Amino acid sequence: MKKTPLYQAHYDMGGKIIDFGGWALPVQYSGVLDEHNHVRNKAGLFDVSHMGEIMVRGTEASLYIQRLITNDISQIKDNQIVYTPMCYCDGGVVDDLLVYKFNDKKYLLVVNAANTEKDYLWMQENLKEEAEIQNISDEFAQIAIQGPKSETILQKLTRCQLEKLSFYSFQNNVNLDGIKALVSRTGYTGEDGFEIYVSPTEALELWRKLLEAGKKEEIVPAGLGARDILRFEAGLPLYGQEISQDISPLEARLGSFVKFDKGEFNGKEALLKQREQGVVRKLVGIEMIHRGIPRYNYRVQFNNKDIGFITTGNHSPALGKDIGLALIAREYAQIGNKIEVIIREKKSEAIIIQLPFLQKKYKK
Amino acid sequence: MNIPADLKYTKKHEWARVEGDLVYVGITEYAQNSLGDIVFVELPSVGDIITSGEAFGVVESVKAASDIYSSLSGIVKEVNNELIDHPERINQNPYDSWMMAIEPSKASELEVLLDASAYEKLCLEEA
Repeated sequence: MKKTPLYQAHYDMGGKIIDFGGWALPVQYSGVLDEHNHVRNKAGLFDVSHMGEIMVRGTEASLYIQRLITNDISQIKDNQIVYTPMCYCDGGVVDDLLVYKFNDKKYLLVVNAANTEKDYLWMQENLKEEAEIQNISDEFAQIAIQGPKSETILQKLTRCQLEKLSFYSFQNNVNLDGIKALVSRTGYTGEDGFEIYVSPTEALELWRKLLEAGKKEEIVPAGLGARDILRFEAGLPLYGQEISQDISPLEARLGSFVKFDKGEFNGKEALLKQREQGVVRKLVGIEMIHRGIPRYNYRVQFNNKDIGFITTGNHSPALGKDIGLALIAREYAQIGNKIEVIIREKKSEAIIIQLPFLQKKYKK
Repeated sequence: MNIPADLKYTKKHEWARVEGDLVYVGITEYAQNSLGDIVFVELPSVGDIITSGEAFGVVESVKAASDIYSSLSGIVKEVNNELIDHPERINQNPYDSWMMAIEPSKASELEVLLDASAYEKLCLEEA
């Protein structure tokens, strides 16, 4: 297993280490519910160093990225970020990622760890423009501080006025108590917070400084278990579950990140056809009526007929309910419809509810 | 780790407490700790006939669902339904949180249960 620069800290602080797509990362420290609660009400610290970073530079970097992704980067300024799917020509998803714009000749793409190699190859195959790409994942560690107290805590380490850093924007070369970092107001929890990119050699020192700075605010280190529930409650997709090579962004309710009017891009034709004919499947939120917890890949039925499957499900600590995301045939996807989830060979009734489960609390 | 000396144990991390004709069964400290925060339990019904080696219930944590296997055959005589509304009690007090009381039909199955020291050894090996 690959170790992040923070591995020793996880081990020393009692993190329960698991193999996450080839990376040794903590699934939990004090406990998933406790960590979840801290992030929703105070602050939590995550090691996300496994994420991949691909640099794109060149005079036609903008043109190239526009063709790769479904969202539109022509409208963003320097130091702004967009979230976007990157599609195959059939409309399936290669990956979902963040595009950081330094200027129109330099962008940083932050991709899912397990997809980094695949993305890089795909990007290479698709390169026609005047641009060069470089997988620089090893040059960065990444720490996410998430939760309503994030700004207060991070501000203690820097003179950079964080309140001026708006949602989905970033600042490079921020001095965090002597450590140089790229700081962006982004995250994967539905809470306010920051993602901090730092040299691997300084990551451990920054991790300790952040925990120390947040003592009064009761910051805790948090693991993958809490992260998955937090993103799921906020309705944020996970590659391989809500989106994949076989699930298009339109099916996964990510239509607002597909900009048909921006010009040509990979998957446009297929997605346009889907939009015109209507998607065959649709991602919905469900709440269990019967007792039971829906889980990934459980079958979903209506009147004994298979209509789809669960993409993510769990007990939601924030709502105190058992909820799930399900990809089901469109004709059954109306809110209020009752469906059945097959849990351990038995049918359990559930109802389709409004998404997102939880309102996001981003600072705009 | 907390392994009370007056209980019997199974290799699958359940504990058993013999009280007269009944045996109360739950999961151990080690089991609850490796499962993580428990948010759901499914229990048998009174009168169910259980065969050893069979799953008699399910415990789900925020991480995953796990079957709970019985090492004893017999008839379910009591069920701790309080756990259904308070599954977190299994994390808090695993040895008070019995899941079912079974009337064993095969005495030989009782004899092969582990004592505390044998069970402790097993936990150390698995840790």
